[in-house]
Amino acid sequence: MFAAMNWSDRDWVELALISYLIGFAYSVYSLATNRFLTSRITFWAISTGFVFTTLFLFDRGHAIGRCPITSRFEVLVFMTWSMVLIYLVIGSSYRLSLMGAFTAPVASALLFFAVVFSRSEPAARRIKVNPWLEAHTSFSMVACGAFALACIAGVMFLVQERQLKTRQPSSIFYRLPPITALSIANTRLLWVGFILFTVGLTTGFLIGGRINWVQAAWSILVWCVYAGILVARIRHVMAAKWVATLSIVAFSLLLSTFWGIRFISDRPSL
Amino acid sequence: MNIFCFGVSHQTANIDVRERFAIPDSALGDSLNRLAQFPSVQESVLLSTCNRTEFYIVTEDSQLAVEPLFQDFYGSLAISELQHLFRLQAIPSIRHLFRVASGLESMVLGETEIFGQVKRAYEAAARSGTTGRILNRLFQKSFHVGKHVRSATAITRGSVSVGSVAVDLAQQIFGDLDGRKIMILGAGEQSERTAWSFQSRGAKQLFVSNRAFARATELAEAIGGRAIRFDDWEEEFRDLDILVSSTSAPHAIVTRAKLEPVLRMRRDRPLFIIDLAMPRDVDPAVHEMDGIYVYDLDSLQAIASRTLEARQQEAQSCEGLIEKHVHDFEVWLDRIAHSRIAPAAIECPRT
Repeated sequence: MFAAMNWSDRDWVELALISYLIGFAYSVYSLATNRFLTSRITFWAISTGFVFTTLFLFDRGHAIGRCPITSRFEVLVFMTWSMVLIYLVIGSSYRLSLMGAFTAPVASALLFFAVVFSRSEPAARRIKVNPWLEAHTSFSMVACGAFALACIAGVMFLVQERQLKTRQPSSIFYRLPPITALSIANTRLLWVGFILFTVGLTTGFLIGGRINWVQAAWSILVWCVYAGILVARIRHVMAAKWVATLSIVAFSLLLSTFWGIRFISDRPSL
Repeated sequence: MNIFCFGVSHQTANIDVRERFAIPDSALGDSLNRLAQFPSVQESVLLSTCNRTEFYIVTEDSQLAVEPLFQDFYGSLAISELQHLFRLQAIPSIRHLFRVASGLESMVLGETEIFGQVKRAYEAAARSGTTGRILNRLFQKSFHVGKHVRSATAITRGSVSVGSVAVDLAQQIFGDLDGRKIMILGAGEQSERTAWSFQSRGAKQLFVSNRAFARATELAEAIGGRAIRFDDWEEEFRDLDILVSSTSAPHAIVTRAKLEPVLRMRRDRPLFIIDLAMPRDVDPAVHEMDGIYVYDLDSLQAIASRTLEARQQEAQSCEGLIEKHVHDFEVWLDRIAHSRIAPAAIECPRT
């Protein structure tokens, strides 16, 4: 039936984008109208989007015979999938208390860029698989998902912090998780992302072939920024507010440089 | 059959009059049995709280004389006391019960305690055998309405008292209060109320410090906490999570200079300070420090007032929901009225 409709695996991504947009729109509606029925609609919309992205990755992976992270389009979808995966497993306490409202727009934005960029990129093709490259890119991508969630937890922390400091808590204040829980979540997600990113970086050195030192230097810079945040956290020399702020800055750096650096390519990044 | 609701409430009578009509829990069973002896009463439920004493009656008498019934029930009542009575019949009485169960008739709009009180009143009547088909259905419906209104609207959201607002804020900072160390500094009336609010929400590590140590010991024993001598309270600061301060000191006793060295040892743990004193115990500059949140009486009162305003706005949505349920109940009453063979069926005047 799909063949008769000229179905392509990219349509899964468009369906996923619609699901995330529904989740995002419902969250905005829920907050704007002060309706406190439930945020489960957002959760189910995000879960549906996750299923669609999983179907895309499965179809694309089957078609090209490897992990589908061979183009910017695939990388963005994989990054979205990783972020939502971590969101779904992080636990109901965050999931049902507005983290979905913050996750849905980020997922929508990533997939929107994916859909836009996919039009100018060549169709997927079968290429020779290097297992170290596969490990390097997939660990790095899941690390990006964790960093994205850390960034979201950081945004939520700063929203709470601002409301507490201005002494004017609004309705969103009572729906967000406690500020200490957000601080803990922020730190844990930074650790998860950092460990995965370290594995990804290390496996990058094992790919073989010529090392692209521009990409290597960029990856090491990102690693150093996150390491610095975590060291400051361990030594308690930085207030939770600044850790949250830096986790947003670091993720913005990671995303903004993503377009300038060929993070993932057919050639090894390290 | 006719449904009547009559009695006194905080809207019709002051506390002196309401006391006269109040029925203690211990006397509720006897009162229900006595009410059932009246020939005109087919079904009855008595709801008696500190803010209202209400009689819900089902009778075949469409012109039920409420005042004589009250006179007989209470023994003797002055005319001046009877003028505080309100009297509702049929649909308005149904609407009234739904509003009561939803907290819309409460002195503190949207409060939830009344829901349990209505439930207990109904259970007492059901145990005494004074309810029947109509009141069973009506009260069951009122519980459904109460739950629906609370879950579908923001009528219960937030707190409207200074103590509850403070505890809400503490929970949004720390989550569970169980393992949190809370110090009550100054054992005045306001701080005592706040201490009880914390205790009722699960706080277990409560410390009380007061210039008069005996008073600190007294309050600490009452709330299940520990008394600390006033000279020693600053030593506890390092491990403290929440400070409720209400001393009569003429100047600030918690200052930035005093906190800065302690802050380094606290390893980024947030500190929530509730300053209930007048003049304030805490230097306002402390609020600017990272991880420290200071709320004084004015800021807590402002949040409580905003919550109350929001609840008043939300009441409009509640009315819409209640009307739908009133209509449903009206349809049910019509249906059972028409299902009766006898023409003396249910009278349900739309007053």
